[in-house]
Amino acid sequence: MSDLRGLYQEMIIDHSKRPRNFRALADATRKAEGYNPLCGDRITLYLKMEGERIADIGFQGAGCAISTASASLLTEALKGKSRAEAEKLFTEFHALVTGKTDDGAELGKLKVFSGVSEFPIRVKCATLAWHTLKNALEGGETATTE
Amino acid sequence: METETETQGRTFDVARVRKDFPVLEQTVHGKPLVYLDNAATSQKPLAVIQAEEQFYLRDNSNIHRGVHELSERATRAYETARIKAQEFLGAKESREIIFVRGTTEAVNLVAQTYGRAHTGPGDEILITAMEHHSNIVPWQILCEEKGARLKVAPVNDRGELELEELIRLMSGKTRIVAVAHVSNVLGTINPVRAIVEAAHARGIPALVDGAQAAPHLPVNVRELDCDFYAFSGHKVYGPTGIGVLYGKAERLEAMPPYQGGGDMIASVSFEKTTYNTLPYKFEAGTPNIAAGVGLGAALDYVNAIGIGKAAEYEAELLDYATGELERIPGLRIIGTAREKAAVISFEMEGIHPHDVGTVLDQEGVAVRTGHHCAQPLMDRFGVPATTRASFAFYNTKEEVDALVRGLMKVKEVLG
Repeated sequence: MSDLRGLYQEMIIDHSKRPRNFRALADATRKAEGYNPLCGDRITLYLKMEGERIADIGFQGAGCAISTASASLLTEALKGKSRAEAEKLFTEFHALVTGKTDDGAELGKLKVFSGVSEFPIRVKCATLAWHTLKNALEGGETATTE
Repeated sequence: METETETQGRTFDVARVRKDFPVLEQTVHGKPLVYLDNAATSQKPLAVIQAEEQFYLRDNSNIHRGVHELSERATRAYETARIKAQEFLGAKESREIIFVRGTTEAVNLVAQTYGRAHTGPGDEILITAMEHHSNIVPWQILCEEKGARLKVAPVNDRGELELEELIRLMSGKTRIVAVAHVSNVLGTINPVRAIVEAAHARGIPALVDGAQAAPHLPVNVRELDCDFYAFSGHKVYGPTGIGVLYGKAERLEAMPPYQGGGDMIASVSFEKTTYNTLPYKFEAGTPNIAAGVGLGAALDYVNAIGIGKAAEYEAELLDYATGELERIPGLRIIGTAREKAAVISFEMEGIHPHDVGTVLDQEGVAVRTGHHCAQPLMDRFGVPATTRASFAFYNTKEEVDALVRGLMKVKEVLG
Protein backbone atom coordinates (compact mmCIF):
# COMPACT_ATOMS: atom_id res chain seq x y z
CA MET A 1 0.00 0.00 0.00
CA SER A 2 2.84 2.39 0.80
CA ASP A 3 4.20 1.71 -2.69
CA LEU A 4 0.81 2.52 -4.17
CA ARG A 5 0.54 5.79 -2.28
CA GLY A 6 4.10 6.52 -3.39
CA LEU A 7 3.04 6.04 -6.99
CA TYR A 8 -0.36 7.68 -6.92
CA GLN A 9 0.49 10.77 -4.89
CA GLU A 10 -2.21 13.34 -4.43
CA MET A 11 -0.64 15.74 -6.89
CA ILE A 12 -0.57 13.02 -9.56
CA ILE A 13 -4.22 12.15 -9.03
CA ASP A 14 -5.11 15.84 -9.13
CA HIS A 15 -3.26 16.47 -12.39
CA SER A 16 -4.68 13.31 -13.97
CA LYS A 17 -8.22 14.40 -13.18
CA ARG A 18 -7.72 18.08 -13.98
CA PRO A 19 -4.85 18.27 -16.41
CA ARG A 20 -3.32 21.76 -16.81
CA ASN A 21 -2.65 23.32 -20.22
CA PHE A 22 -4.97 20.71 -21.72
CA ARG A 23 -5.54 22.44 -25.03
CA ALA A 24 -4.34 22.67 -28.60
CA LEU A 25 -2.33 25.81 -29.38
CA ALA A 26 -3.66 27.57 -32.44
CA ASP A 27 -0.32 29.32 -32.90
CA ALA A 28 1.89 26.29 -32.21
CA THR A 29 5.18 26.26 -34.07
CA ARG A 30 5.91 22.65 -33.19
CA LYS A 31 3.63 19.70 -32.69
CA ALA A 32 4.32 16.04 -32.02
CA GLU A 33 2.31 12.95 -31.23
CA GLY A 34 3.18 10.33 -28.71
CA TYR A 35 1.74 6.83 -28.60
CA ASN A 36 2.20 3.87 -26.34
CA PRO A 37 0.80 0.95 -28.33
CA LEU A 38 0.94 -1.34 -25.33
CA CYS A 39 -1.71 0.50 -23.33
CA GLY A 40 -3.20 2.77 -25.97
CA ASP A 41 -2.03 6.04 -24.39
CA ARG A 42 -1.97 8.87 -26.91
CA ILE A 43 -0.89 12.47 -26.52
CA THR A 44 -0.42 15.41 -28.83
CA LEU A 45 2.00 18.05 -27.61
CA TYR A 46 1.93 21.63 -28.91
CA LEU A 47 4.84 24.05 -28.54
CA LYS A 48 5.07 27.71 -29.36
CA MET A 49 8.77 28.44 -29.68
CA GLU A 50 10.20 31.93 -29.60
CA GLY A 51 13.74 31.36 -30.69
CA GLU A 52 15.14 28.81 -28.27
CA ARG A 53 12.50 29.55 -25.65
CA ILE A 54 9.24 27.63 -25.05
CA ALA A 55 6.81 30.56 -24.95
CA ASP A 56 3.71 28.41 -24.64
CA ILE A 57 2.90 24.74 -24.37
CA GLY A 58 -0.24 22.59 -24.34
CA PHE A 59 -1.30 19.00 -24.79
CA GLN A 60 -4.28 16.83 -25.58
CA GLY A 61 -4.90 13.12 -25.46
CA ALA A 62 -6.04 10.21 -23.36
CA GLY A 63 -4.07 7.95 -21.12
CA CYS A 64 -3.60 6.52 -17.67
CA ALA A 65 -3.22 8.64 -14.54
CA ILE A 66 0.57 8.53 -14.68
CA SER A 67 0.91 9.54 -18.33
CA THR A 68 -1.74 12.27 -18.10
CA ALA A 69 -0.32 13.75 -14.90
CA SER A 70 3.18 13.57 -16.32
CA ALA A 71 2.13 15.50 -19.43
CA SER A 72 0.28 18.05 -17.32
CA LEU A 73 3.20 18.66 -14.94
CA LEU A 74 5.59 18.76 -17.89
CA THR A 75 3.69 21.64 -19.43
CA GLU A 76 3.76 23.53 -16.12
CA ALA A 77 7.45 22.92 -15.65
CA LEU A 78 8.53 23.91 -19.13
CA LYS A 79 6.59 27.05 -19.90
CA GLY A 80 9.14 29.83 -20.35
CA LYS A 81 12.11 27.45 -20.23
CA SER A 82 14.80 27.29 -22.89
CA ARG A 83 15.29 24.26 -25.05
CA ALA A 84 18.53 23.41 -23.27
CA GLU A 85 16.83 23.64 -19.88
CA ALA A 86 14.03 21.36 -21.11
CA GLU A 87 16.50 18.76 -22.31
CA LYS A 88 18.36 18.88 -19.01
CA LEU A 89 15.11 18.39 -17.11
CA PHE A 90 14.27 15.35 -19.25
CA THR A 91 17.62 13.79 -18.39
CA GLU A 92 17.03 14.37 -14.69
CA PHE A 93 13.43 13.20 -14.87
CA HIS A 94 14.43 10.03 -16.67
CA ALA A 95 17.08 9.28 -14.05
CA LEU A 96 14.49 9.84 -11.32
CA VAL A 97 11.78 7.53 -12.67
CA THR A 98 14.23 4.78 -13.59
CA GLY A 99 15.68 4.88 -10.06
CA LYS A 100 19.12 6.02 -11.17
CA THR A 101 18.97 8.96 -8.77
CA ASP A 102 16.70 10.13 -6.02
CA ASP A 103 18.27 13.58 -6.04
CA GLY A 104 16.54 15.46 -8.86
CA ALA A 105 17.29 18.72 -7.09
CA GLU A 106 16.15 20.84 -10.01
CA LEU A 107 12.99 18.88 -10.77
CA GLY A 108 10.79 20.73 -8.31
CA LYS A 109 7.22 19.41 -8.47
CA LEU A 110 8.28 16.72 -10.92
CA LYS A 111 9.90 14.88 -8.03
CA VAL A 112 6.40 13.62 -7.26
CA PHE A 113 7.09 10.91 -9.87
CA SER A 114 9.89 9.32 -7.83
CA GLY A 115 7.52 6.47 -6.86
CA VAL A 116 7.43 5.31 -10.49
CA SER A 117 10.88 3.78 -10.09
CA GLU A 118 9.25 1.06 -7.94
CA PHE A 119 7.01 0.15 -10.90
CA PRO A 120 9.35 -0.45 -13.85
CA ILE A 121 6.43 -1.25 -16.17
CA ARG A 122 5.02 2.25 -15.61
CA VAL A 123 8.20 4.11 -16.59
CA LYS A 124 6.90 4.22 -20.16
CA CYS A 125 3.74 5.96 -18.97
CA ALA A 126 5.70 8.59 -17.06
CA THR A 127 8.07 9.33 -19.93
CA LEU A 128 5.66 9.31 -22.88
CA ALA A 129 5.12 13.08 -22.75
CA TRP A 130 8.85 13.67 -22.42
CA HIS A 131 9.71 11.51 -25.42
CA THR A 132 7.05 13.40 -27.32
CA LEU A 133 8.57 16.70 -26.22
CA LYS A 134 11.96 15.58 -27.48
CA ASN A 135 10.46 14.79 -30.86
CA ALA A 136 8.65 18.12 -30.96
CA LEU A 137 11.88 19.97 -30.19
CA GLU A 138 13.72 17.97 -32.82
CA GLY A 139 10.96 18.56 -35.32
CA GLY A 140 9.94 14.89 -35.48
CA GLU A 141 6.45 13.57 -35.81
CA THR A 142 5.49 10.60 -33.66
CA ALA A 143 7.08 9.43 -30.46
CA THR A 144 6.56 5.99 -29.10
CA THR A 145 7.59 4.48 -25.82
CA GLU A 146 7.76 1.02 -27.32
CA MET B 1 -13.05 -34.84 -0.82
CA GLU B 2 -12.66 -38.25 -2.38
CA THR B 3 -16.31 -39.09 -2.27
CA GLU B 4 -17.17 -35.93 -4.17
CA THR B 5 -15.05 -36.83 -7.16
CA GLU B 6 -15.84 -40.51 -7.01
CA THR B 7 -19.52 -39.91 -7.27
CA GLN B 8 -18.81 -37.49 -10.12
CA GLY B 9 -21.16 -35.28 -8.18
CA ARG B 10 -22.55 -31.96 -9.13
CA THR B 11 -19.94 -30.18 -7.06
CA PHE B 12 -16.71 -29.48 -8.81
CA ASP B 13 -13.89 -30.06 -6.35
CA VAL B 14 -11.89 -26.93 -7.03
CA ALA B 15 -9.75 -27.27 -3.88
CA ARG B 16 -8.47 -30.56 -5.16
CA VAL B 17 -7.87 -29.21 -8.67
CA ARG B 18 -5.87 -26.27 -7.28
CA LYS B 19 -3.41 -28.69 -5.66
CA ASP B 20 -2.38 -29.77 -9.15
CA PHE B 21 -1.13 -26.25 -9.96
CA PRO B 22 1.93 -25.45 -7.83
CA VAL B 23 2.24 -21.90 -9.18
CA LEU B 24 -1.05 -20.92 -7.55
CA GLU B 25 0.38 -21.45 -4.07
CA GLN B 26 2.24 -18.20 -3.68
CA THR B 27 1.87 -14.67 -2.47
CA VAL B 28 2.41 -11.59 -4.63
CA HIS B 29 3.18 -8.31 -2.88
CA GLY B 30 2.29 -10.09 0.36
CA LYS B 31 -1.16 -11.20 -0.83
CA PRO B 32 -2.28 -14.63 -2.06
CA LEU B 33 -1.96 -14.78 -5.84
CA VAL B 34 -5.29 -14.50 -7.64
CA TYR B 35 -4.52 -15.42 -11.23
CA LEU B 36 -7.21 -14.07 -13.56
CA ASP B 37 -5.20 -13.74 -16.76
CA ASN B 38 -6.02 -17.17 -18.14
CA ALA B 39 -7.03 -15.94 -21.57
CA ALA B 40 -3.44 -14.76 -22.02
CA THR B 41 -2.02 -18.03 -20.81
CA SER B 42 -3.16 -20.67 -18.38
CA GLN B 43 -1.09 -22.13 -15.57
CA LYS B 44 0.31 -25.65 -15.90
CA PRO B 45 -0.56 -28.67 -13.79
CA LEU B 46 2.30 -30.63 -12.27
CA ALA B 47 1.58 -33.47 -14.71
CA VAL B 48 2.54 -31.23 -17.64
CA ILE B 49 5.66 -29.88 -15.97
CA GLN B 50 6.74 -33.41 -15.11
CA ALA B 51 6.03 -34.74 -18.59
CA GLU B 52 8.41 -32.18 -20.08
CA GLU B 53 10.97 -32.80 -17.39
CA GLN B 54 10.81 -36.58 -17.81
CA PHE B 55 11.20 -36.19 -21.54
CA TYR B 56 14.43 -34.28 -21.09
CA LEU B 57 15.61 -36.53 -18.27
CA ARG B 58 15.03 -39.83 -20.09
CA ASP B 59 13.89 -39.69 -23.68
CA ASN B 60 15.38 -36.60 -25.29
CA SER B 61 16.30 -37.24 -28.89
CA ASN B 62 15.34 -36.02 -32.32
CA ILE B 63 12.30 -37.59 -33.90
CA HIS B 64 11.53 -39.43 -37.17
CA ARG B 65 15.15 -40.16 -38.04
CA GLY B 66 17.15 -42.14 -35.52
CA VAL B 67 17.28 -45.92 -35.39
CA HIS B 68 18.27 -45.83 -31.77
CA GLU B 69 16.13 -46.41 -28.72
CA LEU B 70 15.92 -42.79 -27.55
CA SER B 71 14.83 -41.57 -30.96
CA GLU B 72 12.16 -44.20 -31.04
CA ARG B 73 10.90 -43.21 -27.62
CA ALA B 74 10.88 -39.51 -28.53
CA THR B 75 9.07 -40.22 -31.78
CA ARG B 76 6.51 -42.37 -30.02
CA ALA B 77 5.90 -39.75 -27.33
CA TYR B 78 5.48 -36.96 -29.90
CA GLU B 79 3.22 -39.00 -32.17
CA THR B 80 1.14 -40.13 -29.20
CA ALA B 81 0.56 -36.45 -28.42
CA ARG B 82 -0.70 -36.03 -31.99
CA ILE B 83 -3.24 -38.80 -31.46
CA LYS B 84 -4.34 -37.14 -28.21
CA ALA B 85 -4.85 -33.88 -30.06
CA GLN B 86 -6.82 -35.74 -32.74
CA GLU B 87 -9.08 -37.24 -30.08
CA PHE B 88 -9.38 -33.91 -28.27
CA LEU B 89 -10.72 -32.30 -31.44
CA GLY B 90 -12.68 -35.30 -32.63
CA ALA B 91 -10.74 -35.38 -35.91
CA LYS B 92 -11.09 -38.38 -38.19
CA GLU B 93 -7.38 -39.04 -38.68
CA SER B 94 -4.16 -38.12 -36.86
CA ARG B 95 -2.60 -36.93 -40.14
CA GLU B 96 -5.08 -34.07 -40.02
CA ILE B 97 -3.26 -32.71 -36.96
CA ILE B 98 -0.39 -30.37 -37.84
CA PHE B 99 1.81 -29.28 -34.96
CA VAL B 100 2.66 -25.59 -35.06
CA ARG B 101 3.95 -23.06 -32.53
CA GLY B 102 0.48 -21.83 -31.70
CA THR B 103 -2.73 -20.43 -33.11
CA THR B 104 -0.91 -17.51 -34.70
CA GLU B 105 1.32 -19.77 -36.73
CA ALA B 106 -1.65 -21.94 -37.65
CA VAL B 107 -3.52 -19.01 -39.19
CA ASN B 108 -0.38 -17.81 -40.95
CA LEU B 109 0.14 -21.30 -42.34
CA VAL B 110 -3.32 -21.39 -43.88
CA ALA B 111 -3.04 -17.83 -45.20
CA GLN B 112 0.35 -18.50 -46.75
CA THR B 113 -0.52 -21.86 -48.32
CA TYR B 114 -4.22 -22.27 -48.97
CA GLY B 115 -4.68 -18.50 -49.09
CA ARG B 116 -1.88 -17.76 -51.54
CA ALA B 117 -2.88 -20.64 -53.80
CA HIS B 118 -6.52 -19.60 -54.04
CA THR B 119 -6.64 -15.83 -53.72
CA GLY B 120 -6.35 -13.40 -56.60
CA PRO B 121 -7.01 -9.73 -57.38
CA GLY B 122 -10.52 -8.65 -56.39
CA ASP B 123 -11.11 -11.72 -54.22
CA GLU B 124 -12.28 -11.38 -50.65
CA ILE B 125 -11.37 -12.76 -47.24
CA LEU B 126 -14.14 -12.59 -44.66
CA ILE B 127 -13.54 -12.15 -40.93
CA THR B 128 -15.44 -10.60 -38.00
CA ALA B 129 -14.95 -7.41 -35.99
CA MET B 130 -14.06 -9.40 -32.87
CA GLU B 131 -10.96 -11.11 -34.23
CA HIS B 132 -7.62 -11.17 -32.45
CA HIS B 133 -4.82 -9.50 -34.43
CA SER B 134 -3.55 -12.99 -35.25
CA ASN B 135 -6.71 -13.66 -37.26
CA ILE B 136 -6.56 -10.23 -38.95
CA VAL B 137 -2.98 -9.45 -39.89
CA PRO B 138 -2.12 -12.72 -41.72
CA TRP B 139 -5.13 -12.08 -43.98
CA GLN B 140 -4.14 -8.43 -44.48
CA ILE B 141 -0.69 -9.56 -45.59
CA LEU B 142 -2.32 -12.00 -48.02
CA CYS B 143 -4.74 -9.37 -49.33
CA GLU B 144 -1.96 -6.87 -49.85
CA GLU B 145 0.11 -9.38 -51.77
CA LYS B 146 -2.75 -10.59 -53.95
CA GLY B 147 -4.77 -7.40 -54.39
CA ALA B 148 -7.66 -8.95 -52.48
CA ARG B 149 -10.00 -7.28 -49.99
CA LEU B 150 -10.62 -7.96 -46.33
CA LYS B 151 -14.32 -7.89 -45.42
CA VAL B 152 -15.37 -7.54 -41.81
CA ALA B 153 -18.71 -8.63 -40.33
CA PRO B 154 -19.93 -6.36 -37.51
CA VAL B 155 -20.78 -7.14 -33.88
CA ASN B 156 -23.73 -5.68 -31.99
CA ASP B 157 -23.64 -3.69 -28.75
CA ARG B 158 -23.77 -6.86 -26.65
CA GLY B 159 -20.67 -8.06 -28.44
CA GLU B 160 -22.47 -10.70 -30.48
CA LEU B 161 -21.65 -11.38 -34.08
CA GLU B 162 -24.28 -10.17 -36.52
CA LEU B 163 -24.69 -13.52 -38.23
CA GLU B 164 -27.06 -12.36 -40.99
CA GLU B 165 -24.58 -9.64 -41.89
CA LEU B 166 -21.71 -12.13 -41.99
CA ILE B 167 -23.74 -14.39 -44.29
CA ARG B 168 -24.72 -11.43 -46.46
CA LEU B 169 -21.00 -10.64 -46.89
CA MET B 170 -20.30 -14.15 -48.24
CA SER B 171 -20.04 -13.85 -52.00
CA GLY B 172 -18.74 -15.65 -55.04
CA LYS B 173 -15.48 -13.78 -54.44
CA THR B 174 -15.02 -14.96 -50.85
CA ARG B 175 -12.07 -17.34 -50.66
CA ILE B 176 -12.22 -18.14 -46.95
CA VAL B 177 -14.21 -17.24 -43.85
CA ALA B 178 -12.05 -16.99 -40.72
CA VAL B 179 -13.78 -16.55 -37.36
CA ALA B 180 -13.00 -16.82 -33.67
CA HIS B 181 -14.88 -19.59 -31.87
CA VAL B 182 -14.71 -17.52 -28.65
CA SER B 183 -13.70 -13.85 -28.44
CA ASN B 184 -10.63 -13.25 -26.27
CA VAL B 185 -11.97 -9.85 -25.20
CA LEU B 186 -15.74 -10.26 -24.99
CA GLY B 187 -16.00 -13.94 -24.19
CA THR B 188 -18.67 -14.25 -26.89
CA ILE B 189 -19.18 -17.79 -28.17
CA ASN B 190 -19.85 -17.58 -31.89
CA PRO B 191 -22.36 -19.84 -33.67
CA VAL B 192 -19.59 -21.61 -35.54
CA ARG B 193 -21.69 -24.51 -36.78
CA ALA B 194 -24.13 -22.11 -38.47
CA ILE B 195 -21.28 -20.05 -39.94
CA VAL B 196 -19.58 -23.10 -41.41
CA GLU B 197 -22.87 -24.36 -42.84
CA ALA B 198 -23.62 -21.02 -44.50
CA ALA B 199 -20.09 -20.82 -45.88
CA HIS B 200 -20.17 -24.35 -47.26
CA ALA B 201 -23.55 -23.73 -48.88
CA ARG B 202 -21.73 -21.07 -50.93
CA GLY B 203 -18.67 -23.22 -51.55
CA ILE B 204 -16.48 -21.26 -49.14
CA PRO B 205 -14.09 -22.99 -46.73
CA ALA B 206 -14.05 -21.95 -43.08
CA LEU B 207 -11.25 -21.55 -40.57
CA VAL B 208 -12.04 -21.40 -36.86
CA ASP B 209 -9.65 -19.73 -34.40
CA GLY B 210 -10.19 -21.90 -31.35
CA ALA B 211 -7.52 -20.37 -29.11
CA GLN B 212 -10.08 -19.25 -26.52
CA ALA B 213 -12.56 -22.08 -27.10
CA ALA B 214 -10.35 -25.13 -26.58
CA PRO B 215 -9.80 -24.37 -22.86
CA HIS B 216 -13.49 -23.78 -22.18
CA LEU B 217 -15.74 -25.83 -24.48
CA PRO B 218 -15.93 -29.35 -25.82
CA VAL B 219 -14.85 -29.06 -29.46
CA ASN B 220 -15.62 -31.54 -32.20
CA VAL B 221 -14.34 -30.55 -35.62
CA ARG B 222 -16.42 -33.18 -37.40
CA GLU B 223 -19.60 -31.82 -35.87
CA LEU B 224 -18.55 -28.26 -36.67
CA ASP B 225 -17.54 -29.48 -40.15
CA CYS B 226 -14.97 -26.64 -40.35
CA ASP B 227 -12.13 -26.97 -42.83
CA PHE B 228 -9.50 -25.69 -40.41
CA TYR B 229 -9.41 -25.35 -36.62
CA ALA B 230 -6.52 -23.88 -34.63
CA PHE B 231 -5.63 -23.76 -30.95
CA SER B 232 -2.63 -23.07 -28.71
CA GLY B 233 -1.23 -25.54 -26.21
CA HIS B 234 -0.40 -22.95 -23.57
CA LYS B 235 -4.01 -21.84 -23.21
CA VAL B 236 -5.20 -25.40 -22.50
CA TYR B 237 -2.83 -25.89 -19.57
CA GLY B 238 0.01 -27.07 -21.82
CA PRO B 239 3.42 -25.58 -22.58
CA THR B 240 4.12 -22.54 -24.73
CA GLY B 241 5.60 -23.07 -28.17
CA ILE B 242 3.21 -25.78 -29.33
CA GLY B 243 -0.20 -25.59 -30.93
CA VAL B 244 -2.38 -27.43 -33.38
CA LEU B 245 -3.74 -26.76 -36.81
CA TYR B 246 -6.46 -29.21 -37.75
CA GLY B 247 -7.28 -29.39 -41.44
CA LYS B 248 -9.52 -31.74 -43.38
CA ALA B 249 -7.24 -34.24 -45.05
CA GLU B 250 -8.42 -33.46 -48.56
CA ARG B 251 -7.78 -29.75 -48.02
CA LEU B 252 -4.32 -30.32 -46.58
CA GLU B 253 -3.44 -32.76 -49.37
CA ALA B 254 -4.25 -30.14 -52.00
CA MET B 255 -2.29 -27.37 -50.30
CA PRO B 256 1.28 -26.40 -51.15
CA PRO B 257 3.79 -26.77 -48.29
CA TYR B 258 4.45 -23.99 -45.79
CA GLN B 259 8.12 -23.91 -44.88
CA GLY B 260 10.76 -25.96 -46.63
CA GLY B 261 13.40 -28.01 -44.87
CA GLY B 262 14.04 -31.32 -43.19
CA ASP B 263 11.22 -33.67 -42.20
CA MET B 264 8.81 -32.18 -44.74
CA ILE B 265 10.37 -33.96 -47.69
CA ALA B 266 10.23 -37.48 -49.06
CA SER B 267 13.29 -37.07 -51.27
CA VAL B 268 15.47 -34.18 -52.32
CA SER B 269 17.67 -33.68 -55.34
CA PHE B 270 18.76 -30.41 -56.92
CA GLU B 271 16.40 -31.12 -59.82
CA LYS B 272 13.27 -32.12 -57.91
CA THR B 273 12.06 -32.44 -54.34
CA THR B 274 9.15 -34.65 -53.40
CA TYR B 275 7.22 -33.56 -50.36
CA ASN B 276 6.44 -35.79 -47.44
CA THR B 277 2.94 -37.04 -46.70
CA LEU B 278 0.59 -35.50 -44.16
CA PRO B 279 1.09 -34.22 -41.57
CA TYR B 280 4.86 -33.96 -42.06
CA LYS B 281 4.54 -31.95 -45.27
CA PHE B 282 3.75 -28.96 -43.04
CA GLU B 283 6.27 -29.65 -40.31
CA ALA B 284 9.68 -28.55 -41.56
CA GLY B 285 12.57 -28.68 -39.12
CA THR B 286 12.90 -30.08 -35.64
CA PRO B 287 9.76 -29.13 -33.73
CA ASN B 288 9.33 -28.33 -30.05
CA ILE B 289 9.26 -32.00 -29.15
CA ALA B 290 9.16 -31.63 -25.38
CA ALA B 291 6.32 -29.13 -25.64
CA GLY B 292 4.42 -31.59 -27.82
CA VAL B 293 4.83 -34.23 -25.13
CA GLY B 294 3.71 -31.66 -22.55
CA LEU B 295 0.65 -30.85 -24.63
CA GLY B 296 -0.25 -34.54 -24.67
CA ALA B 297 -0.07 -34.55 -20.86
CA ALA B 298 -2.19 -31.37 -20.71
CA LEU B 299 -4.92 -32.92 -22.88
CA ASP B 300 -4.88 -36.03 -20.67
CA TYR B 301 -5.28 -33.77 -17.66
CA VAL B 302 -8.17 -31.82 -19.18
CA ASN B 303 -9.87 -35.07 -20.21
CA ALA B 304 -9.54 -36.44 -16.68
CA ILE B 305 -11.19 -33.31 -15.28
CA GLY B 306 -13.79 -33.41 -18.06
CA ILE B 307 -14.08 -30.33 -20.20
CA GLY B 308 -17.88 -30.39 -19.95
CA LYS B 309 -17.74 -30.46 -16.15
CA ALA B 310 -15.13 -27.70 -16.14
CA ALA B 311 -17.31 -25.62 -18.47
CA GLU B 312 -20.28 -25.99 -16.10
CA TYR B 313 -18.17 -24.84 -13.17
CA GLU B 314 -16.75 -21.91 -15.16
CA ALA B 315 -20.26 -20.85 -16.16
CA GLU B 316 -21.15 -20.71 -12.45
CA LEU B 317 -18.06 -18.60 -11.77
CA LEU B 318 -18.90 -16.30 -14.68
CA ASP B 319 -22.43 -15.77 -13.38
CA TYR B 320 -21.17 -15.02 -9.91
CA ALA B 321 -18.42 -12.67 -11.09
CA THR B 322 -20.77 -10.85 -13.48
CA GLY B 323 -23.27 -10.26 -10.69
CA GLU B 324 -20.61 -9.04 -8.26
CA LEU B 325 -18.90 -6.72 -10.76
CA GLU B 326 -22.18 -5.23 -11.94
CA ARG B 327 -22.81 -4.04 -8.39
CA ILE B 328 -19.72 -1.79 -8.47
CA PRO B 329 -20.81 1.77 -9.32
CA GLY B 330 -19.20 3.16 -12.46
CA LEU B 331 -18.14 -0.26 -13.74
CA ARG B 332 -19.31 -1.21 -17.23
CA ILE B 333 -18.92 -4.73 -18.59
CA ILE B 334 -18.01 -4.80 -22.27
CA GLY B 335 -19.35 -7.96 -23.87
CA THR B 336 -22.68 -9.20 -22.59
CA ALA B 337 -23.41 -11.89 -25.14
CA ARG B 338 -26.04 -14.47 -24.27
CA GLU B 339 -23.57 -17.23 -25.15
CA LYS B 340 -20.42 -16.42 -23.27
CA ALA B 341 -17.26 -18.06 -21.92
CA ALA B 342 -15.66 -17.06 -18.60
CA VAL B 343 -14.04 -13.83 -19.75
CA ILE B 344 -15.07 -10.41 -18.44
CA SER B 345 -13.79 -7.18 -19.96
CA PHE B 346 -14.79 -3.97 -18.26
CA GLU B 347 -14.05 -0.31 -17.88
CA MET B 348 -14.28 1.86 -14.78
CA GLU B 349 -15.54 5.37 -15.15
CA GLY B 350 -12.73 7.92 -15.10
CA ILE B 351 -10.02 5.36 -14.34
CA HIS B 352 -7.64 4.04 -16.97
CA PRO B 353 -7.26 0.23 -17.14
CA HIS B 354 -3.51 0.53 -16.72
CA ASP B 355 -4.03 2.13 -13.30
CA VAL B 356 -6.64 -0.51 -12.43
CA GLY B 357 -4.11 -3.22 -13.28
CA THR B 358 -1.35 -1.67 -11.17
CA VAL B 359 -3.54 -1.36 -8.07
CA LEU B 360 -4.94 -4.89 -8.50
CA ASP B 361 -1.42 -6.26 -8.85
CA GLN B 362 -0.52 -4.75 -5.49
CA GLU B 363 -3.48 -6.72 -4.13
CA GLY B 364 -2.12 -9.94 -5.64
CA VAL B 365 -4.73 -9.98 -8.40
CA ALA B 366 -3.35 -10.59 -11.90
CA VAL B 367 -5.52 -9.27 -14.74
CA ARG B 368 -4.76 -8.13 -18.24
CA THR B 369 -5.12 -4.51 -19.21
CA GLY B 370 -4.78 -3.00 -22.65
CA HIS B 371 -6.23 -3.64 -26.08
CA HIS B 372 -5.83 -7.43 -25.87
CA CYS B 373 -4.47 -7.58 -29.44
CA ALA B 374 -7.89 -6.56 -30.71
CA GLN B 375 -7.58 -2.87 -31.48
CA PRO B 376 -10.40 -2.78 -34.06
CA LEU B 377 -12.73 -4.22 -31.42
CA MET B 378 -11.63 -1.55 -28.91
CA ASP B 379 -12.53 1.06 -31.54
CA ARG B 380 -15.92 -0.61 -32.01
CA PHE B 381 -16.71 -0.13 -28.33
CA GLY B 382 -15.11 3.32 -28.19
CA VAL B 383 -12.50 2.48 -25.57
CA PRO B 384 -8.71 2.68 -25.86
CA ALA B 385 -8.31 -0.34 -23.60
CA THR B 386 -10.14 -2.48 -21.07
CA THR B 387 -9.37 -4.46 -17.95
CA ARG B 388 -9.97 -8.16 -18.48
CA ALA B 389 -10.49 -10.87 -15.88
CA SER B 390 -10.43 -14.30 -17.48
CA PHE B 391 -11.13 -17.43 -15.53
CA ALA B 392 -10.02 -21.05 -15.48
CA PHE B 393 -11.50 -24.03 -13.68
CA TYR B 394 -9.00 -23.57 -10.82
CA ASN B 395 -10.40 -20.13 -9.94
CA THR B 396 -12.82 -19.74 -7.04
CA LYS B 397 -15.64 -17.51 -5.88
CA GLU B 398 -13.32 -16.34 -3.09
CA GLU B 399 -10.97 -15.11 -5.81
CA VAL B 400 -13.82 -13.22 -7.44
CA ASP B 401 -14.38 -11.60 -4.02
CA ALA B 402 -10.68 -10.67 -3.91
CA LEU B 403 -11.05 -9.07 -7.34
CA VAL B 404 -14.04 -7.07 -6.12
CA ARG B 405 -12.14 -5.94 -3.00
CA GLY B 406 -9.24 -4.96 -5.25
CA LEU B 407 -11.55 -2.88 -7.42
CA MET B 408 -12.86 -1.09 -4.34
CA LYS B 409 -9.25 -0.28 -3.51
CA VAL B 410 -8.83 1.03 -7.06
CA LYS B 411 -11.70 3.42 -6.46
CA GLU B 412 -10.24 4.44 -3.12
CA VAL B 413 -6.80 5.21 -4.59
CA LEU B 414 -7.86 6.69 -7.92
CA GLY B 415 -11.51 7.59 -7.58
